[in-house]
Amino acid sequence: MGGFLVFLFLLGLGFFFGRMNERKHFASLHQREEDLSHITISTVKKLPEGYVSSAFVTGNVVISIDYFKRIAAALRTLVGGRIGSYTTLIERARREAILRMKEQAQENGASHVANVRIETSSVFQNASQQLGSLEVYAYGTALK
Amino acid sequence: MNDIQISNLETIPGTKIIKHLGMVQGNTVRAKHVGRDIMAGLKNIVGGELRGYTELLTDSRVECTRRMLEEAHERGANAVLNVRFSTSSVSAGASELFVYGTAVIVE
Repeated sequence: MGGFLVFLFLLGLGFFFGRMNERKHFASLHQREEDLSHITISTVKKLPEGYVSSAFVTGNVVISIDYFKRIAAALRTLVGGRIGSYTTLIERARREAILRMKEQAQENGASHVANVRIETSSVFQNASQQLGSLEVYAYGTALK
Repeated sequence: MNDIQISNLETIPGTKIIKHLGMVQGNTVRAKHVGRDIMAGLKNIVGGELRGYTELLTDSRVECTRRMLEEAHERGANAVLNVRFSTSSVSAGASELFVYGTAVIVE
């Protein structure tokens, strides 16, 4: 019984704080993306014309899912289909990593980031092999 | 060593490659830290960014990049082009970071 109450408590905690964090994060992503929209990015490998110097820029983030969503995803895997909770988690991580890379590009005074590569990996996987946290790493060449 | 330019493009603007010196690489395997893991355990309940891990991986990438640059420096390169990163988890609780590129002399 006690164990079940702890489970419910964690579930509630995950639900409320997880939602709050997610909403806050999306709002901040939206705002910062708007602020940095003057820096364009591309995945083209060839050097575009008209730039005089380059710098290597990177951005990374490790993000963790909350308890509620983890349980929801575990239940989802029983029936299959789209796991919404992981979709938004990975989207947040990817947008955050790209933004950090763009912020570095801005510090360098760049106006374009070429050959952007994004790498996603599940880091420090725990013993039970479930996806707890994942890392997204974005890198590219900032040009000015 | 700090004056070696890094790029993941095939050229550096305004320069010409005059010599290729072959592939250079750097790697590092990092394990997580118990203290950080406890904090991460709490974060696993409410979700969000695990700052300790973000920093850990950033530091590790700086280290493997430094190793790659050392190798490039030994060969007398002044730029490393077409740089790629790769991450793999080698065992539970440890990650390998690997970076590689082509050392060249540009002018």
